[in-house]
Amino acid sequence: MHNPQLNADGELQHLLTLEGLPSEIIGRVLDTAVPFVSIAERDVKKVPLLRGKTVFNLFFENSTRTRTTFEIAAKRLSADVINLNIGVSSTTKGETLLDTIDNLVAMNADMFIVRHGQSGAPHLIAQHLSATHRSHIHVVNAGDGRHGHPTQGLLDLFTIRHYKRDFRELTVAIVGDVLHSRVARSLIHGLTTLGTPEVRVIGPQTLLPTAVEALGVHVFHDMRRGLAGCDVVVMLRLQSERMKGSLLPSAGEFFKHYGLTVEKLKLAKPDAIVMHPGPMNRGVEIDSAVADGTHSVILPQVTFGIAVRMAVMSILAGN
Amino acid sequence: MKIEIRNGRLIDPMHGVDRKASLYVAAGKVAAVGEPPAGWHANRVLDAAGLVVCPGLIDLSARLREPGFEYKATLESEVAAAIAGGVTSLACPPDTDPPLDEPGLVEMLKHRARSLNQAHVYPIGALTVGLKGDTITEMGELAHAGCIAFSQADAALADTQVLLRALQYAATFGYRVWLRPQDIHLARGGVAHDGEVATRLGLPAIPAFAETIALDTIFELVRATGVRVHLARLSTHDGVVRVRAAKKAGLPVTCDVAIHHVHLCDVDIGWFNAHCHLIPPLRGTRDRAALRAGLVDGTVDLICSDHTPVDDDAKQLPFAEAEPGATALELLLPLTLKWAREEKLPLSAALDRITAAPARVLGLDAGHLAPGADADVCVFDPELHWVVEPSALRSQGKNTPFLGLELSGKVRYTLVGGQVVHEA
Repeated sequence: MHNPQLNADGELQHLLTLEGLPSEIIGRVLDTAVPFVSIAERDVKKVPLLRGKTVFNLFFENSTRTRTTFEIAAKRLSADVINLNIGVSSTTKGETLLDTIDNLVAMNADMFIVRHGQSGAPHLIAQHLSATHRSHIHVVNAGDGRHGHPTQGLLDLFTIRHYKRDFRELTVAIVGDVLHSRVARSLIHGLTTLGTPEVRVIGPQTLLPTAVEALGVHVFHDMRRGLAGCDVVVMLRLQSERMKGSLLPSAGEFFKHYGLTVEKLKLAKPDAIVMHPGPMNRGVEIDSAVADGTHSVILPQVTFGIAVRMAVMSILAGN
Repeated sequence: MKIEIRNGRLIDPMHGVDRKASLYVAAGKVAAVGEPPAGWHANRVLDAAGLVVCPGLIDLSARLREPGFEYKATLESEVAAAIAGGVTSLACPPDTDPPLDEPGLVEMLKHRARSLNQAHVYPIGALTVGLKGDTITEMGELAHAGCIAFSQADAALADTQVLLRALQYAATFGYRVWLRPQDIHLARGGVAHDGEVATRLGLPAIPAFAETIALDTIFELVRATGVRVHLARLSTHDGVVRVRAAKKAGLPVTCDVAIHHVHLCDVDIGWFNAHCHLIPPLRGTRDRAALRAGLVDGTVDLICSDHTPVDDDAKQLPFAEAEPGATALELLLPLTLKWAREEKLPLSAALDRITAAPARVLGLDAGHLAPGADADVCVFDPELHWVVEPSALRSQGKNTPFLGLELSGKVRYTLVGGQVVHEA
């Protein structure tokens, strides 16, 4: 299948999904991010790689963390950053998504960082730019519906590589609401592309998508069995509107079965790391003792997220 | 007006005719086949050498978008598309705005269609008022106004008791009911087949058993009421299995499949191609294979176009938000020919599924070319290749998953009631 995020030379033109992204490109992003981590530790935290470029943070869905880390990343690359929190109501005001894009293109945008509640919105934008001969403008998917969150996936991979080195020896468990999770989908694609031999998803049937095994994962409903021997445990956020209803009876019962506690974590390898894309629901998917404990790499994930987003933007701007 | 369609390959599936013969049309009817009637003198001769002459196509699901959605399409534009595609009779679902739940609306639609004088338009009345699923419509009045059947279109009935009563009422008077089998609750919010593709793309999904659960309910109610039900746009493997069993058990049911589902499956969504956002959703390869096999063995009676013109703006949206539907009236014939070629079926079998079979479901004396029949005729070149592109389509809707595809089979003449209404 045609991969709409690569240009004619097979280079990254947009970052829309980790599915089908060659392992060399993923590796290049991760390698490029390494020196950017140390930039953040310097007094002057800026490099001029995106000087003169205008980056639009285009958030059709609320976000604080992702938008902020993209903003910091772009600013550290010396880009001009414009934040647009369009919210979900813009379409009711009459302007379509592509009208919004055309207007911003007319303001000479160089890159769009797009978050949208609908799966496929960044693909639609990229396709529109290509159909109107403006494909020099880059699109970065900052989360679309349930589909993908590729920079989160990349920062997760970066974190895992930082602590665990070789993907080809790892067992990784992803726990919780996989059904609605773009983070889970992106991470699964990234891990399988890099040769991780055992990727597990753990959750109740109501929160696992149909045929999820086809993505190359093993399904566990029993968290204790699923955590056994894991090197990496990734906890997913459970949205509050899904804690009660026909998917789950209550947050309390979810925590009992699928919340990560110190006791359950002992079933994983002694040196296992615990990750979470944030924001966390303490006492729902993760116990505070784990979130703040020695296995947790949740805050380093945030730090690495900026470096990885700098890497993505600088690679795109160079192509 | 006497018209002679000379030396074509005449295919009349209802009567098992497939031979080189001329067709003689007079006074709006087929006057003779093969040999001219005594004292024949044609006003016009259409040279059909190398062409196929068959009954005009009958499409059981064509949305003409009137009343209410004239910005998407009009009766003029879509009837022009129909006759350009060789379609001479159209059954129109009631999901217009307002829905076809009042005799006045039906009469207006019939009147508008008659004044165009180009194709036969058969409205399908709403089964419940406003398609809301709580009050049954005045089916007697609607039938009198011209409705040939009653349906909920895509607004499946949530309340099984209302469905039972609607079917009982229809059965009492011998009306036909067309239902698209889909459990309204299981389908809620879904836009794609519940399978690997929807999981990968993160699209809200509709499980296959949303169809089979609805079918099981419908079959029980058909048993209880004796109503004749036509199942519109079957989409799943298990649905085909259920229909096969129901027919074997003697239930008075027929069913159709949309032409898109004969050729496409969920994989064709690719990276969120909104042209593939259809109702019902494109299912898996196994489902498509079962639908095709069902068409071959007669479990699935016929193919409809499920023509639903959608304006560009409504498609230029993320997949789930894009309006479902595709233009198809002009593609029904070539895509049916493509199916038959792929299945190595004779041309007459292909044409049966879009002429004689739908005529039987409508209960109309149409879809054949015996002397005395209405002269609704399609003359097409089966070998003429053309590429599906917006400029090649008369329909106001230019959106179809088949854009860019090269097809063979192009209509040269369409006759309705003995008049040439389209020639190319």
